[in-house]
Amino acid sequence: MKTVAIVGASLAGARTAQELRAQGFDGRVVLIGEEPHLPYDRPPLSKAFLAGTASRESLELLDSDDLGALELRLGTRAERLDAAAGRLVLSDGEIAADGIVVATGGRARRLPGTESVRGVHVLRTLDDASALREELVPGVQVVVVGGGFIGAEVASTCRTLGLDVTVLEALETPLVRVLGPQLAQACARLHERHGTTLRCHAAVDGLDTRADGAGRRVTGVRLASGGTLPADVVVTGIGMVPATEWLSGSGLAAAGGVPTSAGLVTELPNVVAVGDVAACASAETGRPQRHEHWTNASEQAPVAVANLLAGHLVREYRPSGYVWSDQYSGTLQLAGHPEPGDELVVTEGTASDEAFAATFRRDGRTTAVFALNLPRAFTRLRRQAFRRPAPVA
Amino acid sequence: MLRACTVDELPPGESVRIAGPEPIAVFNADGELYAISDTCTHQDASLADGWLEGCFVECPLHAALFDLRTGMPSCLPAKQPVRTYPVLVDDGVIYVRAEAAEDAA
Ligand SMILES: Cc1cc2nc3c(=O)[nH]c(=O)nc-3n(C[C@H](O)[C@H](O)[C@H](O)COP(=O)(O)OP(=O)(O)OC[C@H]3O[C@@H](n4cnc5c(N)ncnc54)[C@H](O)[C@@H]3O)c2cc1C
Ligand code: FES
Repeated sequence: MKTVAIVGASLAGARTAQELRAQGFDGRVVLIGEEPHLPYDRPPLSKAFLAGTASRESLELLDSDDLGALELRLGTRAERLDAAAGRLVLSDGEIAADGIVVATGGRARRLPGTESVRGVHVLRTLDDASALREELVPGVQVVVVGGGFIGAEVASTCRTLGLDVTVLEALETPLVRVLGPQLAQACARLHERHGTTLRCHAAVDGLDTRADGAGRRVTGVRLASGGTLPADVVVTGIGMVPATEWLSGSGLAAAGGVPTSAGLVTELPNVVAVGDVAACASAETGRPQRHEHWTNASEQAPVAVANLLAGHLVREYRPSGYVWSDQYSGTLQLAGHPEPGDELVVTEGTASDEAFAATFRRDGRTTAVFALNLPRAFTRLRRQAFRRPAPVA
Repeated sequence: MLRACTVDELPPGESVRIAGPEPIAVFNADGELYAISDTCTHQDASLADGWLEGCFVECPLHAALFDLRTGMPSCLPAKQPVRTYPVLVDDGVIYVRAEAAEDAA
């Protein structure tokens, strides 16, 4: 293999570039990203960066050594993949590559019809975060649509900035699908405790706007149940859509992402997919699953690279299911794969405390570990429940 | 010289945090004692809360791995090393030589 082209210059792409070198690949590595920015880390975009306490530099994913070992094509979009011919069509030319890495992540989902309304934001990119930050000035009323991790983090950051914020959640409790009813309740209480208004079973009917210079600006959020919430700034945290449009015609993309084997290899042996875009077959059940979390993108890279370089399956991906979220000066940590019906056992504190730890169990086996503000207990529970191969020096 | 704890108080696989101007984490990695700066260089997690595996500690927050022998991170998201400190045992008590920090860094 002489040239590996990585499409998507964010976490999964950057980690893959690093792994290629770490695993001894000495050919050409081309990292292609449509954003004009050097690869940056996204989690702080809803937290410290949005709050103004973390700088742009602190988000850098690659240092000068990493950058020196690759060819970076920024502001360049991949438009088409002709994998059989080993050809990638870019917005500004073409590249011949014998190995291809799909690392295009996803795009934030928007409320239909709100694209050009001022004051309405999504949060996925650095530019999104900068635009939102500019509007979070004293006195504004913020409505966050969606109470998942990103929505909750934005609400929390807004409270830190002293703003009035309401979170609208369509389900009976935010995060209930991820955490189950009891833990989701415990996390929902964080909002109240820190002065955020949380409204559940709240479906958005539309936005009220007024004419504003050349366009329109949001003034309120209309609820399906009736009534309008006044809003100067609306942030929608309603999920993302895998960025696979450029793969149409290649035979690799499906509606739910790019399907791969348990080794992250696609239908084509010289094309692997990593990160939020990859729908990786579970090594246990064979079912395709996407994981939209940081640790997943970071841990998939070495596996995908090993299989790409070997040309056959040498490693399978086993997701650790690790997710963290920083909300209201606290940290939520989850590892493993809880399923509906698992028994929840609180092992430290109680679920109504500011800090507690819990495990999920099924048939005498621990399926997941959770902690709020107890990293040490979390580490121990996780160590007891899940062994990992020791890292090599 | 900072007193950490007694040898008995730090069995293999355990860690202890010493407070101070710069908090320090002391680990017993299978009988070998190591001291490093407690604050992860990625954000501000406490490495004494981390997961000890051989002579590596995994940050409890975002799973960066640090080599206790050198302080070097071996994977993202951390890129800067943590400081390492010499550890001494005297009469069953573990001490960390913190004034050597500047030279060691
Ligand atoms: C605000 C925010 C906060 C988060 N906080 C947490 C957290 O606390 N904990 C956690 O576990 N996870 C968190 N995440 C999730 C985590 O950041 C993602 O899982 C991770 O970024 C996935 O990386 P990726 O490289 O797969 O995809 P992405 O980060 O989406 O990157 C894909 C890149 O590909 C580029 N691209 C797309 N199409 C093309 C194309 N055709 N040509 C060229 N380039 C293209 C995109 O511009 C983008 O830069 C957060 C995410 C966001 C947005
Ligand atoms: S704070 Fe340690 S890895 Fe992020």
